[in-house]
Amino acid sequence: MPHRRGESYALKEIEYAAATSVDEAVGLLAARGDKARVMAGGTDIIVQLREGLRDADLIVDVKKIPEMMQFSYDPAKGLHLGASVPCYKIYGDEKIAAAYPALADASRIIGGWQIQSRASIGGNLCNSSPAADSIPALIAQDAKCTIAGPSGRRTVPVAEFCTSPGRNVLARGELLVALDFPPVGKREGARYLRFIPRNEMDIAVVGVGVWLRLNEKDDTIAAARLALAAVAPKPLAAPEVGTWLVGKPATAATFAEAGDRARALAKPISDMRGPAEYRVHLVGVMTTRALTGAAERAMKR
Amino acid sequence: MATKIKPDEKTAGDHQNANGAAPKYKVIGTRPVRHDGVDKVTGRALYGADVHLTGLAHGRILRSPHPHARIKSIDRSAAEALPGVLAVITGKDFPNLKDKIADLGEGSVNLADLSANCLAHDKVLYKGHAVAAVAAVNAHVAEEALKLIKVDYEPLPQVNWVLDAMREDAPLLHDNVFTSEMGKLAKKPSNVPVHLHFETGDVDKAFATADVVIEREFKTATVHQGYIEPHVSIAHWNRDGHITIWTSTQGSFTARQQSAELLQVPVSSITVIPCEIGGGFGGKITVYLEPVAAILSRKCGKPVKMVMNRTECFEGTGPTPGSFIRLKLGAKKDGKLVAGEAWLAYDAGAFPGGMIGPGCMCVFSCYEFPNARVDGYDVLVNKPKSAAYRAPGSTQAAFACESVMDELAERLGIDPIELRQKNAVHEGSRRVDGPTYPRIGFVETLEAAKNSDHWKSKLTGPNRGRGMASGFWFNIGLKSCAAANVNADGTVTLIEGSTDIGGTRTSIAMQLAETLGLGAEDVHPQVADTDSVGYTDVTGGSRVTFATGLAAYHAGLDIREQMQARAAILWDCKPEAVTWDDSVFRNGDRKITFKELAGKLNQTGGPIVGRAAVDPEGPTNGFATHIVDVEIDPETGKATILRYTAIQDAGKAIHPSYVEGQMQGGSVQGIGWALNEEYFYDDQGKMRNASYLDYRMPTALDLPMIETIIVEVPNPAHPYGVRGVGEAPIVPPPAAIAAAIHNAIGVRLRELPMAPHRVWAALRDKAAGK
Amino acid sequence: MVKKSHVSTTINGEAVEFLCEPRQSLLEVLRDTLRLTGAKEGCNNGNCGACTVILDGVPVNSCLVLGVEVEGSKITTIEGIATESHLHPIQQCFLEGAALQCGVCTPGFIVATKALLDHNPNPTEHDIRFELAGNLCRCTGYDKIIRAVQDAAAVLQENRS
Repeated sequence: MPHRRGESYALKEIEYAAATSVDEAVGLLAARGDKARVMAGGTDIIVQLREGLRDADLIVDVKKIPEMMQFSYDPAKGLHLGASVPCYKIYGDEKIAAAYPALADASRIIGGWQIQSRASIGGNLCNSSPAADSIPALIAQDAKCTIAGPSGRRTVPVAEFCTSPGRNVLARGELLVALDFPPVGKREGARYLRFIPRNEMDIAVVGVGVWLRLNEKDDTIAAARLALAAVAPKPLAAPEVGTWLVGKPATAATFAEAGDRARALAKPISDMRGPAEYRVHLVGVMTTRALTGAAERAMKR
Repeated sequence: MATKIKPDEKTAGDHQNANGAAPKYKVIGTRPVRHDGVDKVTGRALYGADVHLTGLAHGRILRSPHPHARIKSIDRSAAEALPGVLAVITGKDFPNLKDKIADLGEGSVNLADLSANCLAHDKVLYKGHAVAAVAAVNAHVAEEALKLIKVDYEPLPQVNWVLDAMREDAPLLHDNVFTSEMGKLAKKPSNVPVHLHFETGDVDKAFATADVVIEREFKTATVHQGYIEPHVSIAHWNRDGHITIWTSTQGSFTARQQSAELLQVPVSSITVIPCEIGGGFGGKITVYLEPVAAILSRKCGKPVKMVMNRTECFEGTGPTPGSFIRLKLGAKKDGKLVAGEAWLAYDAGAFPGGMIGPGCMCVFSCYEFPNARVDGYDVLVNKPKSAAYRAPGSTQAAFACESVMDELAERLGIDPIELRQKNAVHEGSRRVDGPTYPRIGFVETLEAAKNSDHWKSKLTGPNRGRGMASGFWFNIGLKSCAAANVNADGTVTLIEGSTDIGGTRTSIAMQLAETLGLGAEDVHPQVADTDSVGYTDVTGGSRVTFATGLAAYHAGLDIREQMQARAAILWDCKPEAVTWDDSVFRNGDRKITFKELAGKLNQTGGPIVGRAAVDPEGPTNGFATHIVDVEIDPETGKATILRYTAIQDAGKAIHPSYVEGQMQGGSVQGIGWALNEEYFYDDQGKMRNASYLDYRMPTALDLPMIETIIVEVPNPAHPYGVRGVGEAPIVPPPAAIAAAIHNAIGVRLRELPMAPHRVWAALRDKAAGK
Repeated sequence: MVKKSHVSTTINGEAVEFLCEPRQSLLEVLRDTLRLTGAKEGCNNGNCGACTVILDGVPVNSCLVLGVEVEGSKITTIEGIATESHLHPIQQCFLEGAALQCGVCTPGFIVATKALLDHNPNPTEHDIRFELAGNLCRCTGYDKIIRAVQDAAAVLQENRS
């Protein structure tokens, strides 16, 4: 049957399997290869299958796998987040939201409440959109992916997960099981900010996730991580800006220059969400604002 | 357009009581709960998509992926062979229609074009143009069948910007369209079906006498009505030849007429059952699905349901025109306008007949122009055929005229409201295209704006600004029918034909209740199908509360007269000797209430049916003035609406909540048009944002409360003084917001939408000294 | 042909069983199979909120949930908001506040409002606008909807005290 991208609006005939264990899901995915698609919240995959943007014969529902719906936070160990946990549970948990504020920022603005009730951070990552809100936040918060596959489990930093629009490092039979975040220390802060024309319900024109740690004695920057959304074919980590920030005072001038440096990395396209030159400009503005917000949070911690 | 409205002599007396004071109403001006309200808050109300019939088949439409192409062939055999497919049709299954113009009440249409818009004939003229249709056992199978239809296209060059389409070397959409100019047809085909021209006075001489002349150019993007309910129709072509259509339409009779003409059957062989309608705003007047569903039904022998998805609504139904406008105003130092000149090109979409006419008539409609010239061009482009959208054509024109007025006020150092007051039209003023206004309330809206808490409040803070603008819409009259049955318990059942999009059942019922001295809850309104009520024009042109309300009023008078005769029978007196006051009939010392008399009808001659058919002349002339405060983020260019006040002359607000609701809803559609909404096309002429995700209509979070001030200058052509209110409020927002942005950051935006990236670019250019 | 699945669920307090294909959305099942047509389809891709239902305590777009996914779940639709004899205060406030015009977005707004006030009984205007941003209305400009939600919150508070 000819596959007409984006011009179909009903789901074709498809099979559905609700896996109850990671092994079962991996088995199904390994057997069916690229004809199987994982569904967590379903808020992307159902639309994409309906509109012919992705193709599959089998949907593997991973919300009934207990391991993937669990999350736990221990200040000494960090956050362990099952890949199917819906967004609202993250921002709804005060301790997690306080410890990982960039993650909370992103989970609070992915779609509206109805979307956040279903959509998971793991799903947002696996959808691997260059404009995904969660991914810059995950990179900034130094999250690592636990991936299960036919030959066991492996760990991949989120910064290395996406490869191109809609694609990632998951091989045949592999499944993202969980995300792990390092414990949070004193004087650390993080922020995810995006620019959208409306105030909600839009895809990021530009998104910026940042994390930083300040030196206790003088509030200079001890360490920083940044990542950008919607300015490259995949979410873009910006380690050069993070490195540059180290040792600088947490001041408006520093953050403005960091914005300039981030801008130099952006290679956006022009589309219905904004012209390229505007997006480049916004990278500077949003980077500066996100750093300022993260620093404010760090000073309170 | 009619030039002068004659007050209804029989009823004009209701305006004022003997001493000239405003009349006291019992029901009018109150806020009863709407009659259809409980069904709508409990999910029981039946919209088109909620209708389910035995043996229902489901239809889907195959649409063109190309903005312009010749259809070389269509092979439907594979689709027909798919199990579950019941019928497949193409444009060839439609009767072959010659050019014939059909009057649809609010506008007219060429039937051959309408047919080709429902299913393309030899060419597709826009991406999303319907090419073939399938009926199947369910929508999923129908959708799969679409993929099996093989269409061989020969792509043609496309054009989608008006100025490009007007060029000599532009790709031609139709080789049989010739420019009509002052009644003469051009010899060479072109993309310009019509050039309109109005002129009054000596424009060039007048500009030479002006102290200030400002000329500017404006562009506006194509925008969509955005109703939340997608188009839906169900048709059943019965074996006796009768066709029943359940549909979401603004006009059941208009849908019947169009369907009958397209199917070449008598109007009486179609019954249109109007379902509850989930928004229209002008976009649900033209038929898209009804005739297609009917032909599919004839072919498969089952009722066929067709529901559009959201992308089809954007790509396959009429948006409102994108436009280019050049506008010039000349004024004396004191602010008095001496001349105006406007050149407007509106895109019609793929077929002739866009919104250029009303655009030209509205552009100078708010002010007195001793000298003016207006040129307007209807321009064909490879976009969906444009349709009405709330005050069609007026918003684009007002964005241009009101923006230049704001600049004029700034240049002359005159308060923008005062500048408008100096030039505002009033009773006796002549509109540039001819008509003279009767009593209107424009000046009163300006006064109310000036005295408003909003205008008088101080706006402080950086990057904040205030703007105002005014707007006009004609509001039409047209044909309405109503019948009312008196029940034995003293209540009245009202049958009318105006599909209810925003509470008009209640605003019509309230007028009948007032006329009979009953409570709003004593009238039970029903919107009837085309077999059960007299011909009624569309719910459009802000006409329903005015015209169908007028019909209800006359039906009420008819009942009163018949009831007086019944009382006369009871009392053995002459009917003329029976008086009526506040629901009580009297003769000397004898009296009987409406309710008591209703219980005695069967003893006095049987049931009473009041009825009326009306066709009130001419426009009811609506004027609105809006005030807005914005704050601009200078780094991103994003505008936030801080405060918004809409002021409007409603004539008389029958149900003030619904008048406010129209003002608020219209304002917010205008805000969306001003700031973010647009059809975004790529360089291949394909729309890239045909979803609610990327076609950015305002959400609740993008807005403040919308304050309203209702001005009441009674319309002399209506017994209760009603004017239309629905459309005028969409007209001022873009110009008001542009003025506020200028006031905030010193740049003038002359292109819609004033999206963040445009405001940012304007600020950057200003900083660079451009 | 893919076989239909048997799904057992609870809708508006009643045990309900249905058969559906995996490709059918919960919205489609509610409307076409169970004839609960109160939830509306406005966009079928999660951007308008007209199909909002409460699924296991949280609001979801039923167009983005598959029918087969709701095995064992509890669902509340617009049809389950009123009692046998009375409108819910949210419905009453929408009605009295003229918070609807065409009414097609209204079921989604009322269900989303129910979820909102269940989670946050005393929301600010900003809370209401933020939480209802996933529900589009094209008629009202939202003003009267926001006020109706505020009124409903006040009535519910009063009923509790």
